Amino acid sequence: MTALETPQETPAIVLGIETSCDETAAAVVSGPSAVLSSVISSQVDLHARYGGVVPEIASRAHVELLTPVVAQAVVEAGLSDHDVEAVAATAGPGLIGSLLVGVSAAKSLALVWDVPFVAVNHLEAHLYSSFLEEPDLELPVVVLLVSGGHTLLVLMEAFGRYRLIGQTLDDAAGEAFDKVARFMDLGYPGGPVIDRLAMTGNPEAVAFPRPMYEDGYDFSFSGLKTAVVNHVRNNPDLDVPDIAASFQEAVVDVLIHKARKAAGQYGAKGLCLAGGVAANSSLRERLLDACVAAGISGFLPSRSMCTDNAAMVAAAGWQRLQLDGPSPLDTGADPNLPLPFIRSGEPAA
Amino acid sequence: MRPYAPMIRVRTRSPDNTRELAASLAEQAQAGDLLLLVGDLGAGKTTFTQGFAAALGISEPVTSPTFTLAREYRGRLLLHHLDVFRLDQISEVLDLGLPELLDSDGVILIEWGDAIRQALPSDYLEIALTFVEGRPSPPDERVVVLTPVGSRWQARVDELTTLTEPWLESPPC
Repeated sequence: MTALETPQETPAIVLGIETSCDETAAAVVSGPSAVLSSVISSQVDLHARYGGVVPEIASRAHVELLTPVVAQAVVEAGLSDHDVEAVAATAGPGLIGSLLVGVSAAKSLALVWDVPFVAVNHLEAHLYSSFLEEPDLELPVVVLLVSGGHTLLVLMEAFGRYRLIGQTLDDAAGEAFDKVARFMDLGYPGGPVIDRLAMTGNPEAVAFPRPMYEDGYDFSFSGLKTAVVNHVRNNPDLDVPDIAASFQEAVVDVLIHKARKAAGQYGAKGLCLAGGVAANSSLRERLLDACVAAGISGFLPSRSMCTDNAAMVAAAGWQRLQLDGPSPLDTGADPNLPLPFIRSGEPAA
Repeated sequence: MRPYAPMIRVRTRSPDNTRELAASLAEQAQAGDLLLLVGDLGAGKTTFTQGFAAALGISEPVTSPTFTLAREYRGRLLLHHLDVFRLDQISEVLDLGLPELLDSDGVILIEWGDAIRQALPSDYLEIALTFVEGRPSPPDERVVVLTPVGSRWQARVDELTTLTEPWLESPPC
């Protein structure tokens, strides 16, 4: 083979940038899973008084925070700018203004450093997050991806090969936590507050509905939220921890039941959690119990890997570079970017 | 012509009944229509939107737009589904490009529209969903108040009155 025919060496050191919502994050990852640094600057305090992420505030904060966060990620990795071999950024789904900050910054850096740019799907990055801490996880796995914006059950056959098993038909699980917390004046974000309150409450105090429990693999949390609202309106003196615990129990029951059933039906070797709601202590405990009962392996990413971070973006970027090569520099941000799912009729590769 | 915006007050008995009301409105929907959905958490905005979308022939799930603010679905008409609850400035509402969306061949459904009234075009139909008071309050019933605003909707008052007839509150005995 002459030098010309030698395939170009794939970049190993990837800088990842994540700005899809309210975390400004940058990370440096070497190869598929060696995290050299991961810096996350959360804007949660900026949005708390609004009870949710305010898009314009988020975009402005990303603009201010991104440069120092990227610089810190490179320094903490023990590298300098010219060691970075590719730049990956979340191109969607997410808030358009926020996404644009990260995508524009990543393209500029790639251009200045003369290295490839690669656009990453935020959901694919979440699906991949388990592999950063557990590179030898045996496939296929069922991933339960639960966050403020998404609720998905995905069969992951390989990197880039996903089958959609189920998804929410209305509100995301994390959104239901936020909305119930807001209705009860418990503060923002709702997930951690309800998790904490639920620890001292009785999960059987109120029998809230388990929407679509035996009905396929899709989810519906809007009706459960309404059931909580109705119950509180009619019983204003009820114990708040009891409501929190009963609501959380209803959400977790449905999630675990469907995840376990999916793992069985699709012959998964394991079950993984991903997304911000994966930090919920009851969900974590119950998922491991379900895996033990089903005789499959269960994987819970650490809290910092569940929530939005750039290490998963860099790692997914590395994988995308192997599969597709760099993204064109005119790649835009897409707030509703879909995951490229395989339809059930298509044969496995 | 009536001198002021007449309100049409109806009552739905269940979530399915709310979907049916939404479906009736969707069947009469025209390109360029703007509908504003107002109501507290749990009042039925999601339920209404689902019924509306299904009647436009949209088969994919119409999920909450809270996270990404705006979603687009293709049915008999294009449906733009917006959630502006967390937008804190009028400029942000304008950034969503409402006039451009209205110019397209679509229908716009905005949730939590109450907060952005100032930024709205002059013609829209407000749909306010409220819980029915009482102890205990009937959990599945909702009062729905339709307010046609602007000449586009004033001209359709008779049509709205006719199509909402099945949901008219029965007069007190």
